[in-house]
Amino acid sequence: MREKATWLLALLGALVMIYNLHVIFTGLPDDALQGMIFRIIFIHVPADLVADIFYTVALVTSIMFLAKKNFLYDSITVSCIEVATMLILVNLVTGSVWGRNQWGVWWTWDLRLTTQLMKFVLYLGYLIIRPAISEPTQRATMSSIVAIFAYADVPMVWMAIRLPNVRTNHPSPVLGNGKMAAVYNAPFGMGMLALLLFGTALVLIRLHQETSQREIDSLRRELHAI
Amino acid sequence: MKQGFRAAFAIAKKDLRTELRTKESINAAASFAVVILVLFSFAFPLERDEFYAISGGLLWLVYSFAGALIVNRGFARELPNDCLDVLIASPAPGWAIFLGKAVAAFFLLLIVELICLPVFGLFYNIRWTGSVGPLALVIVLATWGITVVGTAFSAVTVNVRVRELMLPVLLYPMIIPLLLGAMGLTTALFSGESSSGDNWDSFRLLIAFDAIYTALALYLIDFVLIV
Repeated sequence: MREKATWLLALLGALVMIYNLHVIFTGLPDDALQGMIFRIIFIHVPADLVADIFYTVALVTSIMFLAKKNFLYDSITVSCIEVATMLILVNLVTGSVWGRNQWGVWWTWDLRLTTQLMKFVLYLGYLIIRPAISEPTQRATMSSIVAIFAYADVPMVWMAIRLPNVRTNHPSPVLGNGKMAAVYNAPFGMGMLALLLFGTALVLIRLHQETSQREIDSLRRELHAI
Repeated sequence: MKQGFRAAFAIAKKDLRTELRTKESINAAASFAVVILVLFSFAFPLERDEFYAISGGLLWLVYSFAGALIVNRGFARELPNDCLDVLIASPAPGWAIFLGKAVAAFFLLLIVELICLPVFGLFYNIRWTGSVGPLALVIVLATWGITVVGTAFSAVTVNVRVRELMLPVLLYPMIIPLLLGAMGLTTALFSGESSSGDNWDSFRLLIAFDAIYTALALYLIDFVLIV
């Protein structure tokens, strides 16, 4: 049942994504200033927003793990962070392609880009330290703490284009303030939906792997005890 | 509360005394920092005037390298003879143990920095005596930031197999905002352009970073130490 639901989510996400790509490439006019490259916004921005949603879930489950010591929370944390970090990579790569086209450089060290790269590296640190700790309780506790520390960067990325006196090349916010043409709202929403569905499916698959792994480990320990 | 501070003071005193007697990490950190300073002179063969533009960046790179060496020892020092377990079992609260360790690391790193600063000025012809007061303030704030995050992660990584490798992986990305602020401020102080609005922002950034991470570390350290 749960497996079927997971695959259904993934399928739905894929369908929405394919339909959305069709709309983006055939139904929308080119941007007046940016030409056709602007279409990256329908992948680039949703990837980061969905990743931030997963990071926020991971923050909550990390705190829950420290409070309740239930390993399910730890499994949710690691699943969310893995998928979110992959999405941040998508965000960085698409942004880099856009930057090459619009700015003429693949990368520039402005505040938005720097804090975003920092977020990627911080959570990469989480994924690196996790397998290095062998004792399960210790691994879950330490990685929860690293996840909480790492989350401090998420609001920084958010603020990086909103602070009044920060010089940045990154486009200023267009969501929720009417700066984006109304015709883009539907494809943007669908981009969000597609990644959210697909990401949730990936998180569920990872979660299933994590819980199975935990079960196998406990069986192995039981066997050793006998 | 008062007892906690007394315990923290005792732990800091113990750590400083051990370190000043054996000079394990302080010698290593100071000589490593000087070696890095020498290497930089080959890496950036610049004129004296050009050098001012990157002076703050170089100085804080050296300091953060030395800092990682110092904080790495913080909790690892307690591992032989199971001293860490005894510390945790003692009536001293977790935050006091952490505070003691952080304060000791802070003073050790400060000593290394004070050794490096004149060497840095000498090697690169940087006049750093122009505004000693503000410079001292920047150094104190940024050093506390490095040591508080570093000591927290040294507690997290103390039982990890490849401790010496893990700590920098976690520490450096975390202190990027701090280094950004400290580098900008130090460069401005060295080149005598220290009163612009950007510098006040960097200064506020340092204070905010210190406050946030000190609170976070003091609160979370109990969870780290118990397991």
